[in-house]
Amino acid sequence: MASPVLPSTLAATAAQLAAGQLSAVELTRAVIARTKAVEPRLRAFNSFDESDALAQAAAADARRAAGQGRGPLDGVPIGLKDVIAVKDQPLTASSRMLANFISPYDATVTTRLRAAGAVLYGRLNCDEFAMGSSNENSAFGPAANPCDVTRVPGGSSGGSAAAVAAGEVLAALGSDTGGSIRQPAALCGVVGLKPTYGLVSRYGLIAYASSLDQIGPFGRTVEDVALVLQAIAGHDERDSTSFRTEIPDYRAELAARRGPWKIGIPKEYFGEGLDPEIGAAVDQAVAYYRSLGCEVREVSLPHTPYCLDTYYIIATAEASSNLARYDGIRYGHRSQNAKDIVDLYFQSRAEGFGAEVKRRIILGTYVLSSGYYDAYYLRAQKVRTLIRRDFLEAYREVDALLTPTSPVPAFKIGEKSDPLALYLCDIYTIGVNLAGLPAINVPCGFTRGGLPIGLQLIGQPFREADLLATAHAYDRAHDWNQRRPNP
Amino acid sequence: MSSAPQLDIDHVARLARLALTPEEKATFAAQLGSVLHHIEQLARVDVSGVEPSAHAFAVNNVWQDDVARPGLPVEAALRNAPAQRDHMVVVPKVVE
Amino acid sequence: MQYEAVIGLEVHVQIKTASKVFTRVAAGYGHEPNTLTDPVVLALPGALPVMNKAALDAIIKAGLLLGCEIAPVCKWDRKNYFYPDSPKNYQISQYDLPICRGGSVEIELPGPARNLMGEHKCIPLTRIHLEEDVGKLNHGAADSLVDYNRAGTPLMEIVSEPALHSAEEAYAYLTSLRATMIYGGISDCDMEKGQLRCDANISVRPVGETKLGTKVELKNLNSISFVRDGIAHEIKRQIGVIERGGTIVQETRDFDGMTGTSQSLRSKEEAHDYRYFPDPDLMPVVVDDAWKQRLQAECPELPFAKQRRFLEQYQLPYTLTSVLVWDRALADYFEEAARLSGKPQAVGNWIVNDLLREVGHARIALTASKVRPAQVAELVQLVDAGTVLANAAKEIFVEMFATGEAPGAIADRRGLKAAPTDSGELEGWCRDAIAANPKALAEFKGGKESAINAFKGPVMKAAKGKANPKLVDETLRRLLAAI
Repeated sequence: MASPVLPSTLAATAAQLAAGQLSAVELTRAVIARTKAVEPRLRAFNSFDESDALAQAAAADARRAAGQGRGPLDGVPIGLKDVIAVKDQPLTASSRMLANFISPYDATVTTRLRAAGAVLYGRLNCDEFAMGSSNENSAFGPAANPCDVTRVPGGSSGGSAAAVAAGEVLAALGSDTGGSIRQPAALCGVVGLKPTYGLVSRYGLIAYASSLDQIGPFGRTVEDVALVLQAIAGHDERDSTSFRTEIPDYRAELAARRGPWKIGIPKEYFGEGLDPEIGAAVDQAVAYYRSLGCEVREVSLPHTPYCLDTYYIIATAEASSNLARYDGIRYGHRSQNAKDIVDLYFQSRAEGFGAEVKRRIILGTYVLSSGYYDAYYLRAQKVRTLIRRDFLEAYREVDALLTPTSPVPAFKIGEKSDPLALYLCDIYTIGVNLAGLPAINVPCGFTRGGLPIGLQLIGQPFREADLLATAHAYDRAHDWNQRRPNP
Repeated sequence: MSSAPQLDIDHVARLARLALTPEEKATFAAQLGSVLHHIEQLARVDVSGVEPSAHAFAVNNVWQDDVARPGLPVEAALRNAPAQRDHMVVVPKVVE
Repeated sequence: MQYEAVIGLEVHVQIKTASKVFTRVAAGYGHEPNTLTDPVVLALPGALPVMNKAALDAIIKAGLLLGCEIAPVCKWDRKNYFYPDSPKNYQISQYDLPICRGGSVEIELPGPARNLMGEHKCIPLTRIHLEEDVGKLNHGAADSLVDYNRAGTPLMEIVSEPALHSAEEAYAYLTSLRATMIYGGISDCDMEKGQLRCDANISVRPVGETKLGTKVELKNLNSISFVRDGIAHEIKRQIGVIERGGTIVQETRDFDGMTGTSQSLRSKEEAHDYRYFPDPDLMPVVVDDAWKQRLQAECPELPFAKQRRFLEQYQLPYTLTSVLVWDRALADYFEEAARLSGKPQAVGNWIVNDLLREVGHARIALTASKVRPAQVAELVQLVDAGTVLANAAKEIFVEMFATGEAPGAIADRRGLKAAPTDSGELEGWCRDAIAANPKALAEFKGGKESAINAFKGPVMKAAKGKANPKLVDETLRRLLAAI
């Protein structure tokens, strides 16, 4: 059967499915065909289960035929980053450590997507244990950027961003600890939302840094992202850090909330290291908001210079403890070269983890170790308080903050080998995680070389509806998201 | 944190149960040395009187009532075990 | 030289809950291996902990029972170390903000004789915190097998100050602590099931010395007697080492209760670095006054307080109280029977001597006994009224224990009641008995009160043993007075 031409957005697809112009099986077949065509160059997926996806699609069609459709996501293939548990499917975190792990349970977001009727499609590539900004730390090889396959898609949710950009899925879930949704979204030219910490359950998300991790959606448009967020947001009693808050109808609010907004431009986010083409594109976006009647003013987040250090202390400390469970005892890679039980831990972990994971475990173990806790971890937690205060202070004057998402566009695979240089890719995104705020990447242009540029809008806690509406005001008026890379 | 921190990579790797090759030790020590050097600047921040933030939005007393619900069947629990016998996970002999 | 031992105990008590402390899969003992697990217990990728309200209630109650200060705010910390029985390779515990601080355990040392109360002391506590239990390792010849059923069971760690000075004190401490936990419904404290486990830190020093000696940690003290034996052995060992001119090495030793010996497990040269930090997956606990008051209202009277009350309110002898108060069900049983009968001492004797004997022989719990407090009370009243004689009462009790029938009904059915004698007939027997024994009559008249007993035998004989002794006594006295 000839594959139908895929609609460009999830919202349009949902409309076609609802109108009976497209079946979920046809859609899924088309997605599979697209995946097979581009994957040899893209490597966005660690694995995908074709027959399982088709069975889910057939079930969705049967529901619709019986008049029991479940809404816009019913029958829509959605990819999940390979750090989110799906029952009876692999869960690898792109690590040798979990290369053969099959999850015996569903993450809460997985359960919720199932309830919304989504076709859970494939395990998306990422940096190992979500640690990285380029997807080069995947044990199964880096995903490529659909706009230029010699370049990185960003990370850690690189596969999620690449798959959405390349039309392999209509939406995807990623996770964001220091920018891992927004930065790859920027580098691949798609929309990516990191929700407020606590809006989306982390139950079933492989933990990197528990106090910073948050699952969020990728889509081609802000509207698509709103549709996916609708399905996954909300309190979960299995996650103690999940927040009880009312979930509005995000898509309805896109149109209902029209501004004009007061937009703050944090001056610390436009300094040294920002690629001039990105700076110019973001300035254009600022001008657009002004044209909508928004008041734009400069604000200051004075503790910005300390975000990176604070982040690397807190994130690695938590990671060193979160990753202790990967020991080859109950599951995961078990070394065949160990001489005794103690050695089994050393060898299994040495063989199972890649270099960046080891580096962060070492750093995190060090900052927590006896004699250093106060100087590093405790101090970082205090600086974190100051960083949060900066944002909350700014929100006394403005509704949202606007910044570049990444200081640089997609770079060449293998170009950056120094860890510190890579860490600097996250400089505009990590403050948001430390403060627990929602933030979204929206495509806002291309470099002369044809690489996507993204702007970041940072919102107020649990006010995703406002943030999405602010982003939508720009997104609906621009056609950056219409460009379809063909890797 | 005024002087350059000394990262005893052997000690830390032992705490983290990571066997590192001599090459890895040398590389990591150098790379983490520069990261730690960067981190030194946190010492400049005045944090006196500032409470640490363990959570972005702390809510107290998040719990569930004590009602047991079904767990994993033993086959599912041990599905990924590298070695098992008699419904238990096999490990090299543990000497206490 | 005289030496003094200084002992601190770390006691781990499993809290009795339906589900585990940080997930809702069932907790329990004696199940098939690895059948009480879920993603959280096994530390599968992505699993997250959620507190169990009942475990918090239980530890706060334990703290209130022991007079601890309950922290208004406490939090959870990760204790990082690798071990095959620890699924996450960190244990969720409480480091610098335990839920309970201070408090004490009241103990009684052995008295000068069995029927005399011993000295009471209060052993101060440092802290009590809540944590999660680990899995269980089964050691084979070539490998070890891990069962995670126990992992995640709520566990309290109760740490005493180094304020105990002998194996006897340690024994008394554990006895009292255990009873308190059982009384509070917090734990069954069955040491065979690992519900109560004890480690001891022991050092010795010359009497008069104020500095503490080097401490040795004694592990695997898995019965209360082994705690006593192990500590006594360790104190002797340390004194022996010092007297031979040696020095005590800081180490952990394993006591084998069967052989009465101990051996070194590991010396503490490589100190642990647990890298404690606040667990970001769990929220803080805030305990307000209303919560405390609600639990305070559920706190039962503890054994020693009960004993003091029993001594005063019921005028019971110490020996009876020391049996009755250690089992809450038994004490409650006694109080009900005492209330129904109005004869606390008689009831106490029946319960301690007869009921506990029968329960022991039958190997059943007191609660399973067919004899209820009302029946004990009825029996005591029958005896007191003279309706049933002492020997008959013993027989009735045994039958009542077997059948659960009311004592009056048994006495009727089996003809065990004292005869409801015709007063004329009884008077005749009494007159005959007095007439037959002029010597006793003279003695009685001469003021020897006990001489009256000499008439009772013949009267009883004439009545074939079924005369009401009270009535016999009254009749004899009336007739004797008239002579």
